[in-house]
Amino acid sequence: MEKIRKFERVCEIINEYNYDASKLIPILSAVQDEYRYLPEEVMTFVATSLNVAPAKVFGVASFYSHYTLKPKGKYVVKICDGTACHVKKSMDVLDAIKEFLNLTDDDMTTNDMMFTVETVSCLGTCGLAPAIMVNDKVYGLLDREKVVKVLENIKAGEEE
Amino acid sequence: MCNYIPIEEAKKTYEKNAKGVIKRVVICSGTGCVANGSLDIKDKFLEILNNLGHNAIVELKKEEEGIHISGSGCQGFCQMGPLVTILPEKIMYCKVSIEDVEEIVNESIVNDGLVERLVYELPSTGEKYAKQDDIPFYAKQDRFILKQCGMLNPEDINEFIAQGGYEAAKKACTVLGQEEICNVIQDSGLKGRGGGGFPTGLKWEFTRRNESDKKYVICNGDEGDPGAFMDRSVMEGNPHSIIEGMLVCAMAIGADEGYVYVRAEYPLAVKRVKHAVEAAEKAGILGDNIFNSGKSFKITVMEGAGAFVCGEETALMSSIEGNRGMPMPKPPFPAEKGLFGKPTVINNVETLASIGPIMQMGPDKFKSLGMETATGTKTFALTGHVVNTGLIEVPFGTTLRHIIANIAGGVVDAEGNIVGTDFKSVQIGGPSGGCLTQEHLDLPLDYDSLKSVGAMVGSGGLVVMNKSTCMVEIARYFMEFTQNESCGKCVVCREGTKQMLNLLTDITEGRATVDTINLLEELAKVVQKGSLCALGKTAPNPVISTLKYFRDEYMEHVTDKKCRAGECDALKNYKVIENKCIGCGLCARKCPVNAIEGEKKKPHLIDVDKCIKCGACIDSCKFSAIIVE
Repeated sequence: MEKIRKFERVCEIINEYNYDASKLIPILSAVQDEYRYLPEEVMTFVATSLNVAPAKVFGVASFYSHYTLKPKGKYVVKICDGTACHVKKSMDVLDAIKEFLNLTDDDMTTNDMMFTVETVSCLGTCGLAPAIMVNDKVYGLLDREKVVKVLENIKAGEEE
Repeated sequence: MCNYIPIEEAKKTYEKNAKGVIKRVVICSGTGCVANGSLDIKDKFLEILNNLGHNAIVELKKEEEGIHISGSGCQGFCQMGPLVTILPEKIMYCKVSIEDVEEIVNESIVNDGLVERLVYELPSTGEKYAKQDDIPFYAKQDRFILKQCGMLNPEDINEFIAQGGYEAAKKACTVLGQEEICNVIQDSGLKGRGGGGFPTGLKWEFTRRNESDKKYVICNGDEGDPGAFMDRSVMEGNPHSIIEGMLVCAMAIGADEGYVYVRAEYPLAVKRVKHAVEAAEKAGILGDNIFNSGKSFKITVMEGAGAFVCGEETALMSSIEGNRGMPMPKPPFPAEKGLFGKPTVINNVETLASIGPIMQMGPDKFKSLGMETATGTKTFALTGHVVNTGLIEVPFGTTLRHIIANIAGGVVDAEGNIVGTDFKSVQIGGPSGGCLTQEHLDLPLDYDSLKSVGAMVGSGGLVVMNKSTCMVEIARYFMEFTQNESCGKCVVCREGTKQMLNLLTDITEGRATVDTINLLEELAKVVQKGSLCALGKTAPNPVISTLKYFRDEYMEHVTDKKCRAGECDALKNYKVIENKCIGCGLCARKCPVNAIEGEKKKPHLIDVDKCIKCGACIDSCKFSAIIVE
């Protein structure tokens, strides 16, 4: 039952884009917004609907860093390691996040599926370096203590 | 279909409605200020004004008296945000918090006073500046593209029209011929602001000459360079200027469809551009029969999916077509065979935003800005170890010294103090650019001069670095970035950048010899020559330029195993200062590998062979008796 509902939404998305294979990227983005990642069976489904090879869809999905083939946490923490953030010691901030959330380089998603931490090349908020973006919200001028406070607040808001 | 509202009428209506505005509060709603809570501040203004019985106007819809509260795009001075400006006096308040709103309302809106403590203070002299135009950060700039960016409400098309917007587009649609438009842009000498510096008018002319049933205009908003955010600010702050530029271009080349390709990391820019496109469609400026001219132009906003290489034009087009964003060999150039195989003009955001003003002021006036070889102004994202970071705009030909000393307010040391002797290097042009030194401070900035010293304008990232930055580490950092972003099509780029990164890591981790540097140099040349697109061709630039200007620092790393900036952990040496150590033994107990030995009450010693350079001893010592060399 769950599965059928899943594909229903995918059908809607593909329909919105008129089954146009050149719209593959917006389609995949919309699908990912729905499931927070791109499940393999959904990609195959998209490929069949658009009449392209599943390998092509998988090729596009694996090329762009925005797409993920593994489930992500509810909050995606993007830590900026652009030049401005890098020279202002963004990696110290990352260490603090990893320490606080008990993450290792191999697994950057917390066990409760609450947080996924990613390093990105630039958020374009260099004036506020070092900065992070949690889902669509930017937090700037951070240090080790401030970033932990940001995460604590999100956690506290979740528990309420 | 004709729902077209004449722009003259829209302008008049706006002016009529604006008449009743007693004061206007502009709250910066760029990403930086929003991150610091500027939207809540805006709501607070509304709440307090309404409570006091004032008429707070959010949208100028009708003729009424009141106080206009509006958001604006990025005003550039992100570090001082949230910024609140009171018009007509143009008083600028910095670092405003929710608690300050009431005081501002009482002092500066209800009355004509000033909240002294929120006014900008120049850190070096302590002098205060109440008016935005007087603040040195703004006074020393020449804001041309960004002029409207921080004042206009980006979500109000009528305000853009009231400032003379879409007049050039109308002229292009109804009066001017295709060739005429191309000539104006060619005469202006405008060059692409995305990095390459190709003459925009010529690009248009080539595309115009190629006959085809379908042509496209693409706005490249895939600003991927780390340390650059000019395009984002324009997209967020003045999206209509981009639409106008695209419309003029479409008329010049005979296109009827356009795409704005925005990076996935810029959700606010996507939202604002989409909103602007909808507003323009509603006003009959986009769609069919624009300005009753019988011509059509439609714009689709497309979000990227996170690939730096998509900033390259052919890769970007592959991405719009729904493929992996991999570059293609040129020729054929996009002017001949672009998107879906049709002639295409692809311009950068800043380039397109310049079009409207150029058409309005005429090419000659535009040429009076900047230099002969590079006309107009350029925006730079100024960041790093300086007092003022943010978005700036200066004419071509400005020197780095002027930017760093006068606009940025000087270089700061690791603790954030201005000492005056801390300047080390400035990195310009992102991962494709290079690192310049003290000797280049008086170089007039333009495309050619920067190329001659091994850097490039690029998209305009300007990162100032002080002496606590290790140049080898910076080169390694950029190589890590390009290696990561290489699309993998060309072997020398895919494997070469990887090997270069390994060599650089060897240097920063103390495993390198002099041969490593030679090999690195040799490999850099191969990657430059053997790559297809600009990503690979320019990837070695940071390495080559640092090797050229900071070779002694590389040599120190390999021969003396020393990093003078103290940034490379593996090259650090921890040492006890004998006369400061009282022999308490605390560090020895803290050391996780038992590398510290010594008798009680006598100076201790660190065994460098055992030491893992974790820094636990420094943190534990209460007498500052341990130092890093």
